[in-house]
Amino acid sequence: MTSTGVSLRRIEPAGVLAVAAREWTVFCYFWRNQTFAAVVEPIVNLLAFGFGFGALVSKIAGIPYIQFVGTGVVATSVLFSAVFSGMFDSLYKRRYQRIYDALLAAPVDVEEIVTGEVLFLGTRAGIYGIAPLIVAFFFGLTPTPAMLLVPFISILTGIGFAAFGMLFAALASRFDDFNYVISGLITPLFLLAGAFFPLNQLPEWLRVAAQLNPLYHCIELVRHCAFGLQPGADLIHLGALAVFALLAWAAAVWRTRARLID
Amino acid sequence: MSSHGFNPIRSEEGHDVVAISLRGVVKRFSSVVAVDGLDLDVPVGTCFGLLGPNGAGKSTTMRMLTGQAIADAGSLEVLGFRLPEQSKPARLRMGVCPQESNLDVDLRVRDVLDTFARLYRVPSARRPVAVDQALALARLTDRARDRAVTLSGGMQRRLLIARALIHDPDLVLLDEPTVGLDPQVRQQIWSLILALRERGATVLMSTHYIEEAERLADRVAIMSKGRVVAEGSPAELIAEYAGREVIDVEGSQTQLTDLRSRADAAGILTRPSGPSLTYLHADQDGDRRLPAGRRRVATLEDVFVALTGEYVE
Ligand SMILES: Nc1ncnc2c1ncn2[C@@H]1O[C@H](COP(=O)(O)OP(=O)(O)O)[C@@H](O)[C@H]1O
Ligand SMILES: [Mg+2]
Repeated sequence: MTSTGVSLRRIEPAGVLAVAAREWTVFCYFWRNQTFAAVVEPIVNLLAFGFGFGALVSKIAGIPYIQFVGTGVVATSVLFSAVFSGMFDSLYKRRYQRIYDALLAAPVDVEEIVTGEVLFLGTRAGIYGIAPLIVAFFFGLTPTPAMLLVPFISILTGIGFAAFGMLFAALASRFDDFNYVISGLITPLFLLAGAFFPLNQLPEWLRVAAQLNPLYHCIELVRHCAFGLQPGADLIHLGALAVFALLAWAAAVWRTRARLID
Repeated sequence: MSSHGFNPIRSEEGHDVVAISLRGVVKRFSSVVAVDGLDLDVPVGTCFGLLGPNGAGKSTTMRMLTGQAIADAGSLEVLGFRLPEQSKPARLRMGVCPQESNLDVDLRVRDVLDTFARLYRVPSARRPVAVDQALALARLTDRARDRAVTLSGGMQRRLLIARALIHDPDLVLLDEPTVGLDPQVRQQIWSLILALRERGATVLMSTHYIEEAERLADRVAIMSKGRVVAEGSPAELIAEYAGREVIDVEGSQTQLTDLRSRADAAGILTRPSGPSLTYLHADQDGDRRLPAGRRRVATLEDVFVALTGEYVE
C-alpha cells in the first residue's frame, strides 16, 4: 500500500460494499423522485422525437423511426442519470456535507469510495436505461434474446459515465463550474452519438469524432441487440466501453485523491 | 476497550507502551508551515490533551494520524502501524471525531451509525447491538428514527462522538470536541469523554479551551506554531512553568508595559492577562521583591499564556 498513485491493490470488497451500502441507504430515502426524473425524461424524449420526427422520417435503415429512437434513448438516458449523479452528488458530498472526509477517517481509501459510488450509480443508471426500451415494445419493437444483454451494456456505460461525472466533480469547486462541462461536453456527446439521427450523413470529421464518443458505442451495441448482432464490430464496441470506464475510473480516483488528501 | 489487533509500540525510552509516536513531523501548505518538527508520544490508556491556540497545527496533526494529510517529513506510528503506508489498518482500530461536523445529516440517526458500523467492519450479526449501544451512549435512543438534521447542535455532536465509538476502538481522536457549543452542552460532552476515560480508552483530544484540558486530560502537550512547547500532567506543567502561586498586578497599560520590561530585564517570568500582569513562580520570590498584588494559586492558563503568548478568549 502506498499513499500516492492509483492502485487496485488498495481495494477491499468490504470497503467498496460499505460505500455502496451507504449509497443504497440514501437511495431508499429518495428513490421516488430520483426514479421519476430518470425514467420519465427519456420517455418524454422518445415520444416527442418518435412522434415529431417519426411523421417526417418513417424509417431509418429499414427500422421504424420510433424504434430507432427507442433503442438510442437507452444510451442517452444512461448518460444523463450516470453523469449528473456522479457530478452533482459527489460535489455535494465533498463540499457541502463533507461525507468523504468522514469516510476517509474510517478504514476506506479513495479507490474504494470512487469504486463503490461508481458501481452503485452506474448500475442504477443502467437499470433506468432499460425503461425506454420497454416503452419501445409498445411501438412494435420485437423482443429478442439478445436484448437480455442490454442491461449489461447499459450498466457498463453507466459505470463509465458515473466515473466521468466524479472526475468533473473532483475538478470543480462550485456547482456553477459544471456549466462548462454540460454545455461544452455533455451536450455534444448526447447529440453526436446517433441516438436521434444516423451519423452516416455527417461530414467525415464528425463521423470520426463520434467514434471517440462512448455513447456511440453503447447505441450501436443496443441496436445490434435489437436488430441483429455483429460479433466482430460488437466486440470492438464493448472494448471501447470497457476502456472508457477504466480510464474514467482511474482519472476520477486520481483527481478525487488530490482533492481529499492534503 | 478491546485490544485485539492492537500492536503495542515501545517508546524510545523502552518502558511506556505508546499508542501514538511522532518524531520530527513536518507539514507544509505552500508557504505555511502548519506542523513544524512535532515530537509526541501518547501512552496507552491515557486521555491526552493537545492544547494550543487556533492555528497551532492541532487539526493538521489529527488529519495526519488518519492519513488524510501526508507529512512532508518525520515519522508517524499509530497503534504500531507506520503511516501513511499502513494507515488503513490503523484506522480500523481508531475512532475519529472531527472538528467540523461531517455527519450524514440526511440520514436517520440509526442509519448514520449503521453505515459506520459497516465501514468499520463490525460483523453484520453484531451491528444492531453495536448501534443500540452507541445510541444509548449518545442518549439518542428515542431519536433513532429521526433524521440527523432534525437534532440540536449538542445532539449532533453526541452522535458524531458515538459514531466514532461504534467499533469499540483502541484509540479515539477528538478534534476540539466542544468548540462552538454552549456551556450546558459542553458539560454533556465532557461527561461522555470522562466515561470514555473511565473505560481506559486511549484518547487524543485537541482543544484550545484550557479548562477542558485541565478537567479531562491526564497529560497535556501545549502546542504552539506547529511544535510541542511543553508536556506533562496539568499539575506538573503548572509546577514547572508557573510555580505554586502567582501574583496579579493591576495597572494602566503604560505601567504594565514598564513593569514587564523591568521584569524581563531581571529575568523574572511574567505573563500578560488583560488588565493586569501576572508574576509567575511567586511562591519562590525570596528576595526578588515582586510588586504588591493579588496572590492566587497558579493555573494551567498561566502556563498556556506564558508559553504560547496567546490570550485566552
Ligand atoms: N488545507 C489547508 N490548506 C492551507 N493551509 C492550511 C490547511 N489546513 C491548515 N492550514 C493552515 O495550517 C495552520 C494550522 O492549522 P490547523 O492545523 O487547522 O490548526 P488548529 O487546528 O490548531 O487550529 C494554519 O495556519 C492553517 O491556516
Ligand atoms: Mg483545529
